[in-house]
Amino acid sequence: MRLLPFLASAVVTIGLVSLLNTQLSIGPTKSPKLGYFLSPQHGFWKNAEKINTNFDANLVAGELKGNVDVYIDDRLVPHIYADHDEDAYFVQGYLHAKFRLWQMDFQTRVASGRLSEIAGADKLSIDRFFRRLGMVYGAEQTEVKINETNPVMKATVDAYTAGVNAYMKQLAPEDLPFEFKLMNYEPELWTPKKTYLFLMFMSYDLTGRSAALDLQLTNTRDFLGYDLFNKLYTNTQDSLDPIIPKGTVYQKPSIVPIKPANSDTNYLMHKNTLAYQTQPSPEAPDKNNGSNNWAVAGSKTKSGRPILCSDPHLGLNLPSLWYEVQITTPTHSTYGASFPGSPAVIIGFNDSLAWGVTNAGRDVLDYYELKFKDSSQNEYWFNGEWKSVTKRKEVIKVKDSADVVEEIAMTYWGPAMFDAHYQNPQSKGRNLAVKWTAFTPSSGVEAFYQLNRAKNYDDYIHAISLWTCPGQNFVLATKSGDIAIKQQGAFVARWERQGDFIMPGQDSTYDWQGIIPNNENPTIKNPIRGFVSSANQKPTDASYPYYLGTASYFPLYRGISVNKHLANMNQITAQDMQALQTNNDNVFAATARPALMKYVQLDKLSPDAKRMVAEMTNWNLVNEEHAKGITVFKIIWDSVAQAVWGDELAGSDLALTKPDDFVLLDQMLKDSNWSIADDIRTKDKVENFKDQVTLGVENATLKLLELEKENKLEWALFKATRVLHLTKIPALSRMNLPIGGGMNIINATTENHGPSWRMIVHLTDEIEAYGLYPGGQSGNPGSPYYDSFVDYWAAGKYYRLLFLSKENLIKNERTKWHIQFKTAS
Amino acid sequence: MKIIISILLCALLAYAVGIYGNLPWWSFVVTNLIVAIVVPQKSFHSFLIGFLSIGLLWAGLAIGIDQGNHHILSTKVATILPLKGSYISLLVLTSFVGALLGGLASLTGSFIKMK
Repeated sequence: MRLLPFLASAVVTIGLVSLLNTQLSIGPTKSPKLGYFLSPQHGFWKNAEKINTNFDANLVAGELKGNVDVYIDDRLVPHIYADHDEDAYFVQGYLHAKFRLWQMDFQTRVASGRLSEIAGADKLSIDRFFRRLGMVYGAEQTEVKINETNPVMKATVDAYTAGVNAYMKQLAPEDLPFEFKLMNYEPELWTPKKTYLFLMFMSYDLTGRSAALDLQLTNTRDFLGYDLFNKLYTNTQDSLDPIIPKGTVYQKPSIVPIKPANSDTNYLMHKNTLAYQTQPSPEAPDKNNGSNNWAVAGSKTKSGRPILCSDPHLGLNLPSLWYEVQITTPTHSTYGASFPGSPAVIIGFNDSLAWGVTNAGRDVLDYYELKFKDSSQNEYWFNGEWKSVTKRKEVIKVKDSADVVEEIAMTYWGPAMFDAHYQNPQSKGRNLAVKWTAFTPSSGVEAFYQLNRAKNYDDYIHAISLWTCPGQNFVLATKSGDIAIKQQGAFVARWERQGDFIMPGQDSTYDWQGIIPNNENPTIKNPIRGFVSSANQKPTDASYPYYLGTASYFPLYRGISVNKHLANMNQITAQDMQALQTNNDNVFAATARPALMKYVQLDKLSPDAKRMVAEMTNWNLVNEEHAKGITVFKIIWDSVAQAVWGDELAGSDLALTKPDDFVLLDQMLKDSNWSIADDIRTKDKVENFKDQVTLGVENATLKLLELEKENKLEWALFKATRVLHLTKIPALSRMNLPIGGGMNIINATTENHGPSWRMIVHLTDEIEAYGLYPGGQSGNPGSPYYDSFVDYWAAGKYYRLLFLSKENLIKNERTKWHIQFKTAS
Repeated sequence: MKIIISILLCALLAYAVGIYGNLPWWSFVVTNLIVAIVVPQKSFHSFLIGFLSIGLLWAGLAIGIDQGNHHILSTKVATILPLKGSYISLLVLTSFVGALLGGLASLTGSFIKMK
């Protein structure tokens, strides 16, 4: 033996193995373990799915009560046929895991503040935010309630969980999903709590904007003073076309919230001047989280049968939030989009009816200011005495670092999210407790379970009555000819402006005075106009007896566009509905462009600015992919808005929120001498809209010339719509999609946001349904089914959905594979 | 001839220990070492045997997978790593990483020979 060469060679070999078996730091991220990652028998190559993969399988599962057949069609959509309901959910869980395991793990990690555990201290600010907001606390409340009071839902979620875990238990290490290998961690078994955490995340996504907005509104009010604030952030929307048509008469409210006597001085006009410390705050949910849905009655369709459409607008991600599935058991047969992470179908249709949802946008999250007795934060002043808190301990594990422990004081209101230990630029050094309807134990998951089985209008009303948070507009159309829409959720009975700002929390005066009873939530069934619709606008006009929340929650113009089109359409077909769902008309610009042209002083403009104005005026007011006029319009409009209120909002080092576009447009239309138009920084001159629009056009031109140079004036190039992988890694995403649309447009496709599931259901005897989402059924970036719908989606095309009985599906030419589940016996 | 047999033996054993995902990805280091002890070679030949056996095994497996996948995943990974999106570069890298380690393992083993 040659000792020296041996030792040298051994050291180098072992050194290289360790190096290739270590995650190396590259900036803030870490590399995969390169040797493992590249190994063709262990690493990512194992995830490179064969193009013609045969998905046939015979599986045995002891948890099943009977046999289950799954037929998979050419788009990889499973059609589950089970003899027992629980078996169907077991198999749904199994299939979610088989195709979406990493996503399920990742999304519940985000929701429960456990990203640092896999990604290190870099993600700590996100984890702390979600822990302190009470996400885990909320999920626990629902889990306890379901376990104690709802055996059917407990059995359903348990069966789903068992299905997920049955898949995970047979999963060989080399077959772990790609992202686990990339980020070097392993999944843990599913639990019912993870399902409730996922649903909690949806509550955050759809109502959590208040967590940032209430603070921004408070800061803005403090900065401007209430009178100026009330002008810029008015709740009056002149052009509102509400969900429930104007002029509807509402019953007398059963709760009449009383405004506290001292609220003008202690709340509305209150001005807080505490110093603030800074901490990064994570991204707030997208302001554009919204949706369209509508249903037209048989009186307006060619077939004489209703047609229902639903397209929820959410963040566009890969793997998609949605997973298509058909579930057929002796009790029901349902098709639609499901959430990987939750049983049943969320937006879809069954033998008898179809339903869809849009976000209600109502404010259901408030902050209350606390006074702690001392720095121990063990007692707080409430209703004239020092009250003890309970401390909730949240331990955040951090990769390669010590645990971080959050001790959260639980108060009468809810968790004390912001305190001496946790501040951000918005909370301004205050002690703030969160009160949020998402903390109320809920059987919300049963609402969808019941909708899946609903046969008629009454079943639908009963099913959705179980829904509390996030509040939704549930649209309905039945084969028997009914159409309806109802805004349903647990909504706070508020007095005017209650909860728009941080509220005093030292006594119960400012507490919520009740939750509006379900039967007083805005509802309409079979209206004379022959259609119902919603697009996140205010549900009612001012005659509804409850305060709806600040207008900033309710976009105006998509609703106007939807209703205008539906009112004019007759003899409607499913194809007409496809055209409407992908419609790019810009009703906002149709009003705003003439307003701009009314004020612009053309003779004062530079030649370039004139050319840009001409580009805008020659535009056909449609947000088409190749249009340049919309880009010009958007930049000019934003620039004019900045000229009008940039001076009022300048100089604050706090996080403020911008006024809404409708405020400026409504004022331009009715008052050419609006006082806000004056630039308060120029003492010797009083500017008006003419000055500001002209200035705005000139400022915009500078930016537009740059865009022109970069060849980015075309709308799709400027907007650069992308469907982002959940890790935001571009190589796993679809970037720069050729698609029009945008904000205020029915085709609400913005940069990373838009129609996340387009569905059209024609309620003929044999249901005619179309749909797709911008993703693919497989979550594996190495599968051809990973993004297989994206191009079709961008082109505004649709797939005909296969919704058939078992006998007919087996015979259908689009049916490709068969997975058979057998019980152990 | 002995060299070719050694290469085949190394590759076969490396493949075999790779089938069980519960064993570490670097298990072939051990099998290469053992082959180098049991079938003694000159040191340079041993390195070559180890290098070629794992290099060819990994290249063969990866190319086979990649063909069947139409380069869908390799193109994405070659963008992340970053190899400018070239699946060929990624195949070369994969093969080279396996080859280098395989060569070093066999070389180490060759120094244990009893002669």
